[in-house]
Amino acid sequence: MAKTILEVNDVSMKFNLSKEKVDTFKDYVIKSLKREIHYNEFWALKHVSFKMMKGDRIGILGLNGAGKSTLLKVIAGVYDPTSGSVKRYGKIAPLLELGAGFDPQYTGAENIFLYGSVLGFSHSFLQEKFDEIVAFSELKDFIDVPIKNYSSGMRSRLGFSIATIVSPEILILDEVLSVGDAKFRRKSEKKIMDMFEDGASVLFVSHSVDQVERLCNKAIILDHGKVIASGEVAGVAEQYREITGDNKNQK
Amino acid sequence: MKRIINNFLKYRYLLMELIKKGIKLRYRRSYLGIIWTLLEPLLMMIVLTFVFGTLLGRGDKTYPIYILCGRLAFSFFSTATRSCLRSIRSNSGMIKKVYVPKYLYPLSEVLYNYVIFLISLIVLVIVCCVLGVYPKLTWLLAFIPLLELLLLSFGVGMILATIGVFFRDMEYLWSVAITLIMYMSAIFYYPDQLFKKANDWKMLVLKMNPLYSVITNFRNCIFGQAMNVKMLLYALLFSLACIAIGVAAFVKKQDKFILEI
Repeated sequence: MAKTILEVNDVSMKFNLSKEKVDTFKDYVIKSLKREIHYNEFWALKHVSFKMMKGDRIGILGLNGAGKSTLLKVIAGVYDPTSGSVKRYGKIAPLLELGAGFDPQYTGAENIFLYGSVLGFSHSFLQEKFDEIVAFSELKDFIDVPIKNYSSGMRSRLGFSIATIVSPEILILDEVLSVGDAKFRRKSEKKIMDMFEDGASVLFVSHSVDQVERLCNKAIILDHGKVIASGEVAGVAEQYREITGDNKNQK
Repeated sequence: MKRIINNFLKYRYLLMELIKKGIKLRYRRSYLGIIWTLLEPLLMMIVLTFVFGTLLGRGDKTYPIYILCGRLAFSFFSTATRSCLRSIRSNSGMIKKVYVPKYLYPLSEVLYNYVIFLISLIVLVIVCCVLGVYPKLTWLLAFIPLLELLLLSFGVGMILATIGVFFRDMEYLWSVAITLIMYMSAIFYYPDQLFKKANDWKMLVLKMNPLYSVITNFRNCIFGQAMNVKMLLYALLFSLACIAIGVAAFVKKQDKFILEI
């Protein structure tokens, strides 16, 4: 029986876009005295709800600024939602901006342990998997070089290799399938496909409807922070094509 | 409560890694590396002994030890609180992208500086032996003021970490404050010789400074004198109050951090 693995209940996320940044005491005191602190409220997400069953692969579609990345960050726990709640029943591997936990002064090897522990792996576990991570990233010759000397492709290769060392229950992908060169991309796609087959549930953000249709069984369309469509991938993808098509016509 | 403990257990490896990182990166690319932990306070002690020994006309043989005790404790407090102040901002790259309990950053800053501080105590032992203050049983009691020092730095650090996110000015204000605290800690002078009148208001100011209490008791342990219990309690209560305020403020504001950095 399919069990719920992720529940997003009525999540809203508000940002205060202040016109000038108030981060000095003087500004703060003067402006609050004059009542001059205006915030432009901006709702990146409005009452977003959905459920994810085990084995679901949900594609999240939407134009730029629709709130896709914000939604993923709320689910990953980076942002705390303004209202609503997210319930997670399993280990999440957020493949968002790979290598965000790297320290540029650290070598590749040291960063494996640092980033690995950010993801909650123990030191002994990482020691065990060390060779596997290095082998997958194909960075054996550079592993003792500080990360600051890595190219961005090398960095994301290392990040990907660490983050995918165990099969998580929920995988969050933010257009990471475009990591590295063509050869590594094929390799990482294959690894993700293997995870799909292992029954991992996936949240996948992309601009490409074709990719979503190929990879996912369900889809959601976000527009200005609201869910405007959700359901089986075929119908939703069709609807999204219409929306983007309309936009093109208007321009 | 159980959730908090579970969460901490899950991220204890990260805490270890962050502490290791702090120590490793501190002296990376310097030729002498970790030896600087010992050399820096030693050189500082020589300079201070030379300057103030001449200035205040002190020929006392144990004066360098007196300075070193104060200077080591103070410089730990100063570096730890300063790095706490910046801890959230300087880790913004990580905070914006992955979920990590945020208190780990100020906590790891304090802890790794504490480890470096403990290593640097070796130099104190050496200087003591050279100058004829030999190890005694009271040295074992030194862990009490040293523990207070850790608690105090963590408490103040948590308060500063929270303020530091919202107001950058705090960095400059705190450097001024820390200089004031330094002069209020009696690092290179003997307060009872400087303030001869009983109930001098300056003495009161010193006693209000919890760091002065900590340093005084630390010195008492090293020189084999009895600890001042009143000062011990005062420093302890002050530290616990700071921790309570710091943790409460931090917890209340931590979800807002990401919107500010």
